[in-house]
Amino acid sequence: MNGHVVSRKVYYFIFAALMVLLILTISMAYFDLGPFNVIIALVIAIIKATLVILYFMHVRYGSRVTWVFVSAGFFWLIIMFTLTMSDFVTRFSF
Amino acid sequence: MANEHSSHYVAHQFDDLEQQKEAGTLGMWTFLATEILFFGGMFMAYFVYRFSYPDAFAAASHYMDILLGGINTGVLLVSSLTMALAVHAAQEGKRKQIILFLIITMVFGVTFLVIKGFEYHHKYVEHLVPGWNFEYKGPNAGKAEIYFILYFVMTGFHALHLIIGIGVLSVIAMMTARGNFTKEYYSPVEVSGLYWHFIDIVWIFLYPLLYLIHVHK
Repeated sequence: MNGHVVSRKVYYFIFAALMVLLILTISMAYFDLGPFNVIIALVIAIIKATLVILYFMHVRYGSRVTWVFVSAGFFWLIIMFTLTMSDFVTRFSF
Repeated sequence: MANEHSSHYVAHQFDDLEQQKEAGTLGMWTFLATEILFFGGMFMAYFVYRFSYPDAFAAASHYMDILLGGINTGVLLVSSLTMALAVHAAQEGKRKQIILFLIITMVFGVTFLVIKGFEYHHKYVEHLVPGWNFEYKGPNAGKAEIYFILYFVMTGFHALHLIIGIGVLSVIAMMTARGNFTKEYYSPVEVSGLYWHFIDIVWIFLYPLLYLIHVHK
């Protein structure tokens, strides 16, 4: 019944990538890029989270139904953000 | 059921170990979906106030210790690696390695909490704890207070999750020592690992959003 056994090398490689992205996100914060600072920080964070989910949490090797369950969690998060922000950004004063 | 040995681990409502493992994984992901929305609500509040009061948030974030926060991010990333290695050891049925990696993971978790404790103490000394000890020197004190409320609530709930995670891993380590798991049956180790990695993911977002708002001047 053993699930997909990933080589340890994969874990070391993903860990190295996560550390590189951590250093990247800190260094990018030292540049003044206006509104792009937060966008870059979020994109890097999403890439890091995706690496953790796919490899450390084994979702990449999971069944279809696992994919559905994982996606559902983020799908509802996106609904919350979209509906709230669509209200918030279309107001003139807060 | 493959054989009598593995059937010992299958609860009566499942056909076989594989189905049982799948159900356990899906159960944890269902719980994590509620956790995503739990933290998501706080992130939502953060974004609304950050975009409403960008200057106050930028000024308030200067009180954060980027170095300590960065070290803590690294600490959690290492703990995620050792957690993944613990699950890997479980897949290979190496009991001593599972326990060793679980202990290392918990030590890193405690390290994170100790560093966080120093940061909290520093905020207390600087009078930056809303509702208890808050004297903000600078413009927009009220708006900065919202930043610090979000900081303490979000990092506080994150720390609470980490404390629960350490508790879960210590139970798993004891179960491993008692010989509850085999190469065929190690689902609790893997499912606890999912929870631990989730805590890491929350911090991956908290660090840039709370510490790195306005590093450049």
